[in-house]
Amino acid sequence: MTILVIADFLEGKDGKTLAAATLNTVAAAAKIGGEINVLVAGQGIGAVAEAAAQIAGVAKVLVADNAAYAHQLPENVAPLVAELGKGYSHILAAATSNGKNILPRVAAQLDVDQISEIISVESADTFTRPIYAGNAIATVQSTAPVKVITVRATGFDPVAAQGGSAAVEAVAAVHDAGTSSFVGEELAKSDRPELTAAKIVVSGGRGMQNGDNFKYLYALADKLGAGVGASRAAVDAGFVANDMQVGQTGKIVAPQLYIAVGISGAIQHLAGMKDSKVIVAINKDEEAPIFQVADYGLVADLFEAVPELEAAV
Amino acid sequence: MKVLACIKRVVDYNVKVRVKADNSGVDLANVKMSMNPFCEIAVEEAVRLKEKGVATEIVVVSIGPTTAQEQLRTALALGADRAILVESAEDLTSLAVAKLLKAVVDKEQPQLVILGKQAIDSDNNQTGQMLAALTGYGQGTFASKVIVAGDKVAVTREVDGGAQTVSLRLPAIITTDLRLNEPRYASLPNIMKAKKKPLEVLTPDALGISTASTNKTLKVEAPAARSAGIKVKSVAELVEKLKNEAKVL
Repeated sequence: MTILVIADFLEGKDGKTLAAATLNTVAAAAKIGGEINVLVAGQGIGAVAEAAAQIAGVAKVLVADNAAYAHQLPENVAPLVAELGKGYSHILAAATSNGKNILPRVAAQLDVDQISEIISVESADTFTRPIYAGNAIATVQSTAPVKVITVRATGFDPVAAQGGSAAVEAVAAVHDAGTSSFVGEELAKSDRPELTAAKIVVSGGRGMQNGDNFKYLYALADKLGAGVGASRAAVDAGFVANDMQVGQTGKIVAPQLYIAVGISGAIQHLAGMKDSKVIVAINKDEEAPIFQVADYGLVADLFEAVPELEAAV
Repeated sequence: MKVLACIKRVVDYNVKVRVKADNSGVDLANVKMSMNPFCEIAVEEAVRLKEKGVATEIVVVSIGPTTAQEQLRTALALGADRAILVESAEDLTSLAVAKLLKAVVDKEQPQLVILGKQAIDSDNNQTGQMLAALTGYGQGTFASKVIVAGDKVAVTREVDGGAQTVSLRLPAIITTDLRLNEPRYASLPNIMKAKKKPLEVLTPDALGISTASTNKTLKVEAPAARSAGIKVKSVAELVEKLKNEAKVL
């Protein structure tokens, strides 16, 4: 068995960097067993390819550096992955916005069903994944010649980013469908740890009342070295940007400590955070559903409790 | 231009589902069913395109059981012109649904196909992308803004780091994110009118599509239960517990 892992990368102020979720995806590949190859497709991705070659357990890194693959447009990247992927037993990608965008297109081109957001590997052909917003766990078996799978990063502990010494090989194939083009992007800037990788996450909901009040959470988060998340209510009300949303339709997090402030705890929000190790809820409504999953609940006015908590830690 | 909006009948988003005792699946007997929330947004966007004079006809399609006609009627009440149901009692995979939709696209030749980004039951987030692959069209997934201009559509997408805008040549596939729009409610007169709008019923066999799958669900289980913990009385007690009991600070 040989497994192809599609590397995801982020474009930030330091240029393109390997996305942390790639390390969790390699961990899932290691559980399946077999040789692991990593594909890095994009433009100007030398640093990402170098980082990929150092991931522990990776045997080979394939680099497709071409203008056609810039911004990972799925119309161009998917045919490349489908072409390369034919010789592999599994194709894996992290269930990030890039992975979710590209991989189903690959699966359809290979005429196989995809398995989305696996949280465990039972065997080389059997996996588990959450359905119904995490309220049920399905065990799914694939008989496809090439198994196409996205991996929920929080389900797997990342492999070491260092210690590997994979061979790097250039891929010459160029696919340019000509059906799409990149226009622009607007990335939210933050110095706080990335939400999906943070050890501590502080999240605010409708109870924050306005965007300005999120400053209380930012202050607490900065003291804890935490990422800041939000419920859909807070995002829809315009308090914060949508890339901070935690839940079924937002990001899935599983930090060591999740502090939910002014969040009632709807099914859709719980889907994104209920695998956190320790959950703390601060809410003035003691009937709020969030208290049914919280390890520690504090019934209090958040505008008093949060500054007090910040002072105490 | 013609717009095809695809919808799915799913368990209502407010329902707390229960896993069947024999672990064969989720118990859907006597559970409230509705249109998938992301599909409502797809229909709303199609209707808005028609109101702007961009779309001339909205065809709404669903792949599912006979009862999915209810959701198609809802879409007709919201402003779709006619409906197509591809009837299948089986639980189809996203690839099978995408193949059936491809057959409908071939038949109807829409300029724009709008789907939800994911169904809240299977949580797959695959069908739109697969349909785009099968048709060879460009895809604008997780759309929060759609602007049609000439033979192109500009789609602003919600991505992990923020927002990204791509331009797609028509015909194209779009999948909706929650923030694309706020779906309207159907008025009673429109619900009555919708009963008279045409609804065509097809079958996978009639479309010549095999729905065979390479995936098999072996079992469905309830997730490990997380029980309620304790209530603390003060911030000081909370910090003490986090430091000494949970050891996460």
